[in-house]
Amino acid sequence: MSLGLAHFLVLSGVIFAIGVIGVIIRRNAIIILMSIELMLNAVNIALVAFSVYMRNMDGQVFVFFIITVAAAEAAVGLALAVVISRNRKSVDVDDFNLMKW
Amino acid sequence: MIQIPNINISIIYPEIIIFITAVIILLVEIFSNGKKWYAQSIIALIGIIVSGYAVSNQWNSFASGFSEVLVADNFALMFKLIFLLGALLTVFLSIWYFRREEIQQGEYFFLILSSVIGMMILSSANELITAFLGLEVMSLPLYVLAGFDKKKLLSNEAALKYFIMGAFASGFLVYGITFIYGATGTTNFDKISMVISSRSFGIDPLLLLGFILILIGFSFKTAFVPFHSWVPDVYTGAPTPVTAFFSIGPKAAGFAILFRLIIKAFAPIGGSIIPILWILAVLTMTVGNLIALTQRNIKRMLAYSSIAHAGYLLISLVVGNGRGASAALFYLIAYTVMTVGAFGIVILLGEKGEKDLSINGYSGLAYRYPAAAVVMSLFMFSLAGIPPTAGFIGKFYIFSSAISKGFIWLAVIGIVNSVISVYYYLRVVVVMFMKPEIQAGRVVCFPVSLMVAIILAAIGVLQIGMFPQGWFEAVRYSLIGLF
Amino acid sequence: MLRIYFPILVLLAFAVITPLVMLIIPKILGKRESTPVKDAAYECGIPAKGDARERFPIKFYLIAILFLLFDIEAIFLYPWAYIYRKLGIFGLIEMGVFVFILLVGYLYVIKKGALRWQ
Repeated sequence: MSLGLAHFLVLSGVIFAIGVIGVIIRRNAIIILMSIELMLNAVNIALVAFSVYMRNMDGQVFVFFIITVAAAEAAVGLALAVVISRNRKSVDVDDFNLMKW
Repeated sequence: MIQIPNINISIIYPEIIIFITAVIILLVEIFSNGKKWYAQSIIALIGIIVSGYAVSNQWNSFASGFSEVLVADNFALMFKLIFLLGALLTVFLSIWYFRREEIQQGEYFFLILSSVIGMMILSSANELITAFLGLEVMSLPLYVLAGFDKKKLLSNEAALKYFIMGAFASGFLVYGITFIYGATGTTNFDKISMVISSRSFGIDPLLLLGFILILIGFSFKTAFVPFHSWVPDVYTGAPTPVTAFFSIGPKAAGFAILFRLIIKAFAPIGGSIIPILWILAVLTMTVGNLIALTQRNIKRMLAYSSIAHAGYLLISLVVGNGRGASAALFYLIAYTVMTVGAFGIVILLGEKGEKDLSINGYSGLAYRYPAAAVVMSLFMFSLAGIPPTAGFIGKFYIFSSAISKGFIWLAVIGIVNSVISVYYYLRVVVVMFMKPEIQAGRVVCFPVSLMVAIILAAIGVLQIGMFPQGWFEAVRYSLIGLF
Repeated sequence: MLRIYFPILVLLAFAVITPLVMLIIPKILGKRESTPVKDAAYECGIPAKGDARERFPIKFYLIAILFLLFDIEAIFLYPWAYIYRKLGIFGLIEMGVFVFILLVGYLYVIKKGALRWQ
């Protein structure tokens, strides 16, 4: 038995699902941010797998951009968390109930 | 030596102009200790106008560059003009608003302009990776803009919600792009379409899954039901000019890329996509309008109404031919001016901190400020689609395009929905003209920049509504080469 | 084909067994006796100050965010450096534009005082 495309896709699917579930059920903004990063990294695995499987470099170029975008998103998310924790001393999403969710 | 692909840098001149303007604003900000709000706003306006001139210079050039990654056909250029118009009016709305709220930070204009760059890239993207990058360049500044009033908890909350929803949607979007790439081996729209139509056997499930994930991603951004839950909170919490920008810019950009995807990349599997879009259109219109009926806060009401308008625009996406696309472009132009106008009046009538935004707070406004009440009524009539305003012509154009392609039921549902919407738009008018004044102390001053935005919007609504012929021609020319 | 991963398996086995052995042997040989010094947190040999679960000042977050942003941009330098000679002057100009944009961001960070530590 060898490692084929399907293995990588299943791995990527599982990680993506963990990320989605994390965003939906966790209530801490930082953990939600981490779950989103997990989703993007799952995508990276799938992209690299497709790219190697098809011998086409486009997928790996895309991975570079996704890594950069993920970093930018993390920076914005952390910055928002900092602003909020300054104002409220908490980054729990459930505490944000000024308006109904 | 590596063969350097044909770059053709001239097709991103408009983006470069906006970028340089944004950098100049940032440099002015850091070298003047942030005391140059008016100068920065004027730089932003000049940049937007020069960029608009560069866009209009490219008209009918049909250039493409960066090895076919970006195209500058008339369709993309028309969208770019819509974004620039939206940004121009938003800057006019902002100048006085942020002075009143005492948050005059020049970074605001930088963020607006960076977001516009993203939208412009998105509208001319001919390739999925570029579309993703454009989307992110558009979205990241928007997250910050939603929380720009950083001392205010509502604004913080709006930013966090928007960020979580936006980043979540981006995750779905890139996963969808990955599947498309896996199924076809390319990310270029033309090649995707070629690969799909060269296969004789049915539809690849991977491809359909990819398309649905991409659609979910863009549905979050353009706020289609059932991916709309963030809209009312974010629209209410964000500073009002930013809310106006949210409801015009990202929405138009989302439709630009969805049109290009459906007309070009996924045209061969159009038959299995249309039912999905049909359901989305009906849900978006109906849910948006029904919830808007119950709203008491003007910003929340406008938020739900913007969801409903996305539903009308989805009808044109279902139609999917040249007539649908031109109807969508026409509607987006009309929607931009009337939304900016309505938010302009909301800003004009608000006081510092905007503690009271209830519709009932406008009681008896017509007696104290008749001009403001009349102009607000004009925008409400237009949003409701009552002649002789721009909104009426836009809706008429969309519904007639649906009927001409045989989507009778869709058109009927759309018309029923716009009848429902008349109720909540006219309630604002009724409150202003027929109720006695309850808030005696509401004092309004009329700042020049805000008046410019409102008057421009009002003229636009009437001009498009009464003399739509020239606009019809313009949107028809913008579809050359697309079909 | 999985045989090529065998060395990794061996390494993994070592990585698991070694610490286990190192934990188990003292359990068997040594005598258990707790003193205040032994229980204290180890902080490079000097006496520990306060609890390890302290809240970090928010300044650290800011520095971390900035590090993240500027660090990630370096990934675009690697592929460029790899084919630098083949790209020639064109690649140099492109990278110059890229670095210039980063520089504007850096200038902004410095001027806004985000790196000032007080």
